Amino acid sequence: MSEDHPVTVTEDGLRETTYLEAIRDAMREEMLRDDTVFILGEDVGVYGGAFKITDGFLAEFGPDRVIDTPISEAAIVGAAIGAAHMGMRPIAEMQFIDFIAPAFDMIVNFAAKSRYRTGIGAGIVIRGPCGGGSRSGPFHSQNVESFFANVPGLKMVAPATVRDAKGLLTAAIRDPDPVLYFEHKFLYRRVKEMLAVGEEIVVPLGQARTHRPGTDLTIVTYGAMVWKSAEAAELVSREDTREIEVIDLRSIRPLDIDAIVESVQRTGRLLIVHEAPKFGGFAGEITAQVCEQAFEWLDAPIRRVTAIDTPVPYAPTLEDYYLPQTEDIVAAARWLLAY
Amino acid sequence: MRALYRHMVLTRALEDRLESLFKQGHVVGGLYRCLGQEATAVGSSYALADGDWLAPSIRDVGALYVRGLPPIAMLRQYAAREASPCGGKDNTTHFTIPELGLLGPISPLGTQLCVLNGMALTFKQRGQTRVCMTYQGEGASRTGASHEGFVMAAALDLPIVIVLEHNRWSFGTRSDRAAAVEDWAHTAEAYGLPVRSVDGNDVLEVYEAAREAVDRARAGGGPGVIVAETYRMLGHAQHDSQKYMAPEELEEWRGRDPIQRFERVLVDEGWLSESGCEEIRTAVDAELAEAVNQVLAEEHPEPDTARTRVFADPEEDPEAPWTRMSPIGYADLSPTESRGSRAWLDGGAR
Repeated sequence: MSEDHPVTVTEDGLRETTYLEAIRDAMREEMLRDDTVFILGEDVGVYGGAFKITDGFLAEFGPDRVIDTPISEAAIVGAAIGAAHMGMRPIAEMQFIDFIAPAFDMIVNFAAKSRYRTGIGAGIVIRGPCGGGSRSGPFHSQNVESFFANVPGLKMVAPATVRDAKGLLTAAIRDPDPVLYFEHKFLYRRVKEMLAVGEEIVVPLGQARTHRPGTDLTIVTYGAMVWKSAEAAELVSREDTREIEVIDLRSIRPLDIDAIVESVQRTGRLLIVHEAPKFGGFAGEITAQVCEQAFEWLDAPIRRVTAIDTPVPYAPTLEDYYLPQTEDIVAAARWLLAY
Repeated sequence: MRALYRHMVLTRALEDRLESLFKQGHVVGGLYRCLGQEATAVGSSYALADGDWLAPSIRDVGALYVRGLPPIAMLRQYAAREASPCGGKDNTTHFTIPELGLLGPISPLGTQLCVLNGMALTFKQRGQTRVCMTYQGEGASRTGASHEGFVMAAALDLPIVIVLEHNRWSFGTRSDRAAAVEDWAHTAEAYGLPVRSVDGNDVLEVYEAAREAVDRARAGGGPGVIVAETYRMLGHAQHDSQKYMAPEELEEWRGRDPIQRFERVLVDEGWLSESGCEEIRTAVDAELAEAVNQVLAEEHPEPDTARTRVFADPEEDPEAPWTRMSPIGYADLSPTESRGSRAWLDGGAR
């Protein structure tokens, strides 16, 4: 670890770790463990990454494993696919996840279909900062998971916690299929957790996690919205003495529909919260699957709290209006609980 | 020499067969021929060694035979048989076969250059002196993916040879309507890469240029570009009436037919007699007749296999994807041992 990242470790080997550091640790530890793991992307080497996630990597691993590329997202993802075909485990960084758009063709037509068409998989990780709240406007704030939701052959994860940030990235790197890893930039330095230094954490893809148990209503969510949903649940618990269960999907594809259905069968009520716009969003898919599998257990209509159907606006007043807020979740939850 | 001739004859004879099969309704979907372009694919790919990788476009079928693909594989692809390299899940040249160092393209053009860059990058990372070669029509080179692929190959100084096939047509649009250059070498020069323009219908000239570029890339000299001047003698696909092509231009290029030209060279130089050429053609025909009969007796895939292989199956494929990497894919072959000198030119068969 470079001197820029001082480490304070407690007596029992724990270190206060941020979400950003967990991402760094996962990559670094996998690169140390497996010399086929390497990273490529814009400014990941000399500069150390736009958010300094790969700071120190170039010195530690050298230019063959920490590769600065031109601003060519299609070529970045393409090179990752080719290297994966050769048995490497590349991590392609999108400087902002919004910039995945120029690589769309490579992802949906090459990476996602490769194993199906020819039997040769593309075990790549494409990761990048997603999400709003940092006043960055329409091109540095998006949540792109629904762009890819209709493409068989892709896996997608969106960690909310520090432990999952590390564990999902480790699992993604080891996975033989393409994984899109959406890291929420609002959480980078805001969430912290005590993690054992060097602890190998692997969170299997496709397994949801109960963030907060409850009996009266299920909220299904992922990414940064886990924290707002949990906040809403605490408020409702305090003021209404009703208990909301918050399920953090962690993986959005494969989708842990069993965990959702199991919870809904206990609570009878479902609210889905995500930061992406509503139309065509993941909440629609979850709604359909729950209707197919657990309609008879529902005591109320399924509701969605999402961003509004516009691009992500820039001004703080506009962005706050755009994003789902805790009070929106509380209002929807109360409506459902009263139904 | 025999091998070069045979691969070109095979390319054309197999496509003639496919045309008949298309008319008989045995070809599933479209048929995309490379009539008139056989020399470019065969001559260039012949400069590669075992352990190298090649990514064709759909019209570079001859290069696949040079790499060792059995011709029956192409018949199975076009007939969408269960035993085809794609198992009926994709068509034309869209298959990847690590054992032969073949990366299949996809239909959005220019993309295979981006992916092949990653393979060339891996060669560099592993300190292997191996080379990649890919093809693009001048039409494909207009895509963003192609541009980014060129940029990345140049920026990372990768061991890759890009054969730009100027065949005059992208579907139904003439190349002079797709770019404001007359000499397509200029488009490659813009990336700072060495370029050599060749008569794409002269298999020996193509080979010489490819050999130079491959050797340079293998020696660490970075990417190289070959602009092959050729002509797509048929429409984009079998269903294309090619009304938009001027008859006099087609006639002119018919006179430059790469196979007939090479036959004359073979005979004139005394490398192969006319009867020797005839023998090769007859042998190819016999081989194909048998292959066609076999393929027509084979089945399409079972319907429910449509659901398989979207993701790795941990039961069947624990080390995916590289379990399929064969000794040819990974063995430490000397890059020069298979065709290190021009000895093969004198020796005849490969």
